[in-house]
Amino acid sequence: MPDRNMSFPLSRRQVVRGLLATSAFGLTAKFGTGCSQPTPTGTGDNKAGGKDYVVGFIYVGPKDDFGYNQAHAEGAAAMAKNVPGLKLVEEASVPETTAVAETMRNMIQQDGAKALFPTSFGYFDPYILEMAKEFPDVQFFHAGGLYQDGVHPKNISSYFGYIDEAQYVAGVVAGHTSKSGKLGFVAAKPIPQLLRNVNSFTLGARSVNPKITTQVIFTGDWSVPVKEAEATNSMVDQGVDVITCHVDSPKVVMETAEKRGIFCSGYHANQSSLAPKGYLTGAEWDWSSIYTSLGKQLIAGKSIAKGDIPHILRGGLADNFCKLSPFGPAVSAAAKADAEKALAGIKSGQLTIYKGPLKTNTGKLILPAGKDLKITDIELEKMDYLIEGVKGSVK
Amino acid sequence: MATEALGWWGVPLAIIAGTLRGSVPFLFVSLGECLTEKSGKINLGLEGTLRLGAMSAYGVSYLCAQVLGVGLAPWLGVLMAGIAGMGLGLIHGWLSQQRRVNDVAVGIAMIIFGSGIANFLGKPFIQPQAPQLATLDVANWSSLPQVQAAFKISPLFLLGVALVPVLDWFFKSTRWGLYVRAVGDSPQAAKAMGISIVKVRLASIVMGSFLAGLGGAALSLYYPGLWTERISSGQGLMAVALVIFARWQPWQCLWASLLFGGAQALGPAFQSVGIDSYYYLFNATPYILTLVIMIFTCSPQRTLAGAPGALGKED
Repeated sequence: MPDRNMSFPLSRRQVVRGLLATSAFGLTAKFGTGCSQPTPTGTGDNKAGGKDYVVGFIYVGPKDDFGYNQAHAEGAAAMAKNVPGLKLVEEASVPETTAVAETMRNMIQQDGAKALFPTSFGYFDPYILEMAKEFPDVQFFHAGGLYQDGVHPKNISSYFGYIDEAQYVAGVVAGHTSKSGKLGFVAAKPIPQLLRNVNSFTLGARSVNPKITTQVIFTGDWSVPVKEAEATNSMVDQGVDVITCHVDSPKVVMETAEKRGIFCSGYHANQSSLAPKGYLTGAEWDWSSIYTSLGKQLIAGKSIAKGDIPHILRGGLADNFCKLSPFGPAVSAAAKADAEKALAGIKSGQLTIYKGPLKTNTGKLILPAGKDLKITDIELEKMDYLIEGVKGSVK
Repeated sequence: MATEALGWWGVPLAIIAGTLRGSVPFLFVSLGECLTEKSGKINLGLEGTLRLGAMSAYGVSYLCAQVLGVGLAPWLGVLMAGIAGMGLGLIHGWLSQQRRVNDVAVGIAMIIFGSGIANFLGKPFIQPQAPQLATLDVANWSSLPQVQAAFKISPLFLLGVALVPVLDWFFKSTRWGLYVRAVGDSPQAAKAMGISIVKVRLASIVMGSFLAGLGGAALSLYYPGLWTERISSGQGLMAVALVIFARWQPWQCLWASLLFGGAQALGPAFQSVGIDSYYYLFNATPYILTLVIMIFTCSPQRTLAGAPGALGKED
């Protein structure tokens, strides 16, 4: 049996010295940041009483993932550029756990953020709700459309876009381009927003060629690169020749499609550089105009709680919430013409995507002939079915 | 024509293709872990090593493409992935052999450290496209493009398969192999033979991490062929469980890796031919397999046949 001192080979004096050194280092490090922080506010005394209005953005993944987060980060950058007197603080790769609550608290207390944009869907409940209660003077904006009047704190606004409008137009292009009449959709989880995308894409394609089918494959999670590649490969093996997706980062799907020599249609952001030959178009978010207008309202002193900024902000192609990627080289003139027509129809409100008669792929009638659902209809936000022409199951 | 549908034949083809494509990281990590565990230490941190390997391979391949050309740059990336793995292995090997340090706990810390450093350094490589490893297209005789695509075999796969008999021979017939086994089975006896336990274990852990790093390179430079922060999605951890399933035998590591690689393709392949219910179940096959293995092989009542004697014991 060795003696007690051997098992912990440090003397008391060494421990005390170590502790002292660590705390001294910690103090200076803290002191350093404490000193450097006031400088930007000191020099940047333009409008708003000599202090910049700090806005915090939080992303669930990296800011340049060719996907959901990149779309938001581009919007945030545009906001910072277009709105003078506004300072941006950002944190990427924050998981949907208590980590995001800590990030929000830090942004509010240390960076002095007055408005927060935690962008991921899963941040809302319970993290944003808790923080919004704790900091009633801070304004919270959440992408996802989950705000309920009377239930949730007054300083939350939720915004979301009808990107299925853009998917419809992308479907028109895909329908024109596909030779086999088989489209593929790599999907993460069967939530209403995703099902809207699958169904709109299919409806767009079937408006060109009613025989077209869309094969959907659910991978089970928002970011599983190997499964996404497998899904793409197995659909190509089955003769699918245009593929699109709804996953966090479409990079794998686009690159795999290009490697296999088929066409692809993007999602979230512009992925044309990943598939220079096969990229047709894509449904992109366009947060820059929304964020810029929100930024201007924030600088002007408007607030959600007072009712100056609405609790629910929604829009589609016409309101610049989303847009289409520029057409790729493989898109024919006829496809372009039809796509432009659909785009104009949606923007003017003359084209309705969900119109009767509409059946699910199990044969249930959703909409009788002569009835239709406007894109803003709340009924569509409960979607739990795949329409006729989609091969797959939500169960 | 590419538009020819395969129908039901797509399922076996997808499984074979998935096996060839997806098993490479499993194979390298499990062989590396096999070597490590034979010496009596566990390295759970190979999940982190896998990610760091993937990031370094991708980054080096991208940065050197201009200088070395698209043929050579990926291979330098593969080498760098291995070296980065060795770096993590050194830390693990040193830390886990300190007094009163538990190797499982260090392993978990190393997962976090490895992934963290990979994410931190990998930020600039998420967006660009790096040149990929060339593949051996052995099925170009086939008129079916699906078959051609399925049999694009990575040289890393062949390297991994070739490594299996080498490792087996190393354990059975070489002096160094004997050292590793002696240290793993009976450290006291090894000490009496005059073998340095610390050095042998350190070397085994470092070489094991080198192999795991190569597995990471297969992820980012072959299949799926990109760098994202969630590229490995737990494959490193699964491979560690797989070593137990393989009873610390290199040959069985190979079969187990092929099984796991193929299982990944099951969910998507079934959905693409129209079997679309229970896809969560099919997608979960690799994890279910891992669980079943753990249940059948782990018991507190007995030691496993083939388990290194000193594995998981305090020295």
